[in-house]
Amino acid sequence: MTEKHIQLRQDSLQKETTTLNLGPTHPVTHGVFQNILEMDGERVVGATSTVGYIHRAFEKLAERRPFYQITPLTDRMNYCSSPINNIGWHLTIEKLLGLRVPKRVDYMRVIIMELARISDHLICNSVVGVDSGAYSGFLYLMQYRELIYEIYEEICGSRLTTNIGRIGGFERNFNDKVFSKLDKFLAEYPGVLAEFERLFNRNRIFMERTIGAGPISAERALNYSFTGPNLRAAGVDYDVRVSQPYSSYEEFDLKIPVGKTGDCYDRFLVRNQEMWESMSLIRQALQKMEKEPADIFHADAPAYYLAPKQDVYTKMEALIYHFKIIMGEIDAPVGEVYQAVEGANGELGFYLISDGGRTPYRLHFRRPCFIYYQAYPELVHNALLSDAVICLSSLNLIAGELDA
Amino acid sequence: MQALTDRAVPVDRRPLNFWEKMYLPGIFRGMAITLKHIFRKKATINYPEEKRAFSPVFRGLQILNRDEEGRERCTACGLCAVACPAEAITMEAAERKPGEEHLYREEKYAAKYEINMLRCIFCGFCEEACPKDAIYLTETFAPSSFEREHFIYGKEDLLIPLPGEETKNPQA
Ligand code: SF4
Ligand code: SF4
Repeated sequence: MTEKHIQLRQDSLQKETTTLNLGPTHPVTHGVFQNILEMDGERVVGATSTVGYIHRAFEKLAERRPFYQITPLTDRMNYCSSPINNIGWHLTIEKLLGLRVPKRVDYMRVIIMELARISDHLICNSVVGVDSGAYSGFLYLMQYRELIYEIYEEICGSRLTTNIGRIGGFERNFNDKVFSKLDKFLAEYPGVLAEFERLFNRNRIFMERTIGAGPISAERALNYSFTGPNLRAAGVDYDVRVSQPYSSYEEFDLKIPVGKTGDCYDRFLVRNQEMWESMSLIRQALQKMEKEPADIFHADAPAYYLAPKQDVYTKMEALIYHFKIIMGEIDAPVGEVYQAVEGANGELGFYLISDGGRTPYRLHFRRPCFIYYQAYPELVHNALLSDAVICLSSLNLIAGELDA
Repeated sequence: MQALTDRAVPVDRRPLNFWEKMYLPGIFRGMAITLKHIFRKKATINYPEEKRAFSPVFRGLQILNRDEEGRERCTACGLCAVACPAEAITMEAAERKPGEEHLYREEKYAAKYEINMLRCIFCGFCEEACPKDAIYLTETFAPSSFEREHFIYGKEDLLIPLPGEETKNPQA
C-alpha cells in the first residue's frame, strides 16, 4: 500500500485503506483523545493523533490565581498520581521564595510521592494486562490502589484530586492510622506484586503480545524528548530524582531499572521494577523519619504557611498573616524558576515567571504525556491494530496531561 | 548510549526457556492464582446498603456551623469566597439588628450565602480560610438531582439544623 492512499478523499474510488477512529470515547483509549488510524486490513499505515478534547487552559487560569490556589489545578493533570503534581508545584513555589523545609517534611513528601508513583504504575501495568486480554491482574492490583487512596484520605481528606500538602509542608501531620496503613501496605503489597509478576512476566502469551510492540530506539526517544519510564525502557538511565535531586532524594539509595528496546514489554518490566524501588524508598524514608522530631510537618514560615486556627483566634499576628495568605498577598520575588520532579510518567516540569505580583506572570507545565503522544504515530506505524492498542496503554497516556 | 549514572540495572528479558515455551505452565500457573483468589475474602462492599468509614477529615459537601447557643457563626467576611479557586461561593452581608442576638453571633451576618456545588471542586480551602469556624466540609458526597438549579445550595441547605428542627436539605 502506498502512502498516496492516505491522502485520498474518503469517498474516492481509488482509496484502498480504511479510516478508523480510535477514540475520542473508545474504551481502549482510557481517556478522551482521538487517533485517526489509516488501516490496510489489520495493519496501521498511518496515524494522526488529535488532542484538545479536554483543554482547560490551566496556565491561563493560573495567571489569575494566587499561588496556593494553583495546587488544585495541578491535581487535574495526571490524575493517577496527583500528589506528585501537587508537591512539584509546592517545590516550585518554595524555590521561588527561597523557602527551606525541614528534613522530616522532605521525607514525608518522598513517602507520598512514591506512593503516588506506585498507584500510577500499577494502573498502567494492569491496564496493559487488560488490553492484552488478562483482566484478573487488574482486579488484584486495584485493591491496593484503594489502600493508597485511603492513606491520602487520612492526610488530606480526598482520594483522587488530592490537593495534598501546602507551601512549606503538609496541612496536617501523619497520624497513627497513616503509619499503620503504610505498614499494612508495605507488608502486603510485595506479595501481591510478586503474584502479578508471576502471572505476567514469563507468560508466553503476554510476552508474545508485547515483545516488539511499539518499540522506540534510545536516539528517537531522546529526539522526541521522552523522559521517565518510557525513556528508561529504551535504555537511557535518566531519572530526575538522580540527576537533579529534590526533596532530599540524594540521600536515598535508588536503582534505575533500564530496558533495551523500548517496546511494550520493556516498559512493562521497567514499571514493575520501579514499583519495587518505590517500596524500598518508602521504607528508607520511614527509617529516616524516625530520627527526626515527630511533631514537625511544616516549615516555620508564618508568612507563607497558615497558623493553626487556635492562634488565628487569639493572636493578632497570626490573624494578620492568615488574612494575608488567604488573600494571596505573599511577597513573591521577581524571578524565573524551573523545577522538575520525576512524575510517575516522566519529567514533570514547572516553569514559572514571577513579576513580584500575587499571581504568576507566566507559567508553563511540562507535561510528559503530551510529548509521548507526539511519538505515537511513529510507534504504531506498520503495527497491527491490537498492538496499537497495547502501545497506547503502555505509554501510559493520561488524557489530563494531553491538552496543553 | 553511554550511561548517565552508575545506578542503572537492566531488566530481566531472558528469552523463554523450553519449559516456558510450552504455554501450559503459564496457563496453569495463571489458573492456580485465579482459583486461589476465588476463595479469598470479598474485596468489595455493597455500596448503597453498606458504607465504608471515611477519614474524619474527608472533604465532602459543606455545612455552615452554629455555635453552642445555636447562633450562626458566619460573619460574612468573604474570606472563603476569596480562597475558593473555583469561584463557587457568593454571599450578601447584612447588619444584625437589635433583638437578633440569639440568631447571629456577630454584628454582621450573611443574609444570603450560596455555594454552587457544580462549580465546587471540594478542595477544602474554604474551611481552611474561615476565621470563624463557620464552614466545614462533611462526609456527605455524591449529591444528585434532576435540576441544575438544585445544586446551588442556599443557606437553608447549608446551615446545620437547630436541635429539634427538621432538616430541609434533601441530601442530609
Ligand atoms: S471546597 Fe474549594 S471549591 Fe468548594 S467551595 Fe470550598 S473553596 Fe470553593
Ligand atoms: S463562612 Fe467563614 S470565611 Fe466564609 S464568610 Fe462566613 S465567616 Fe467568613
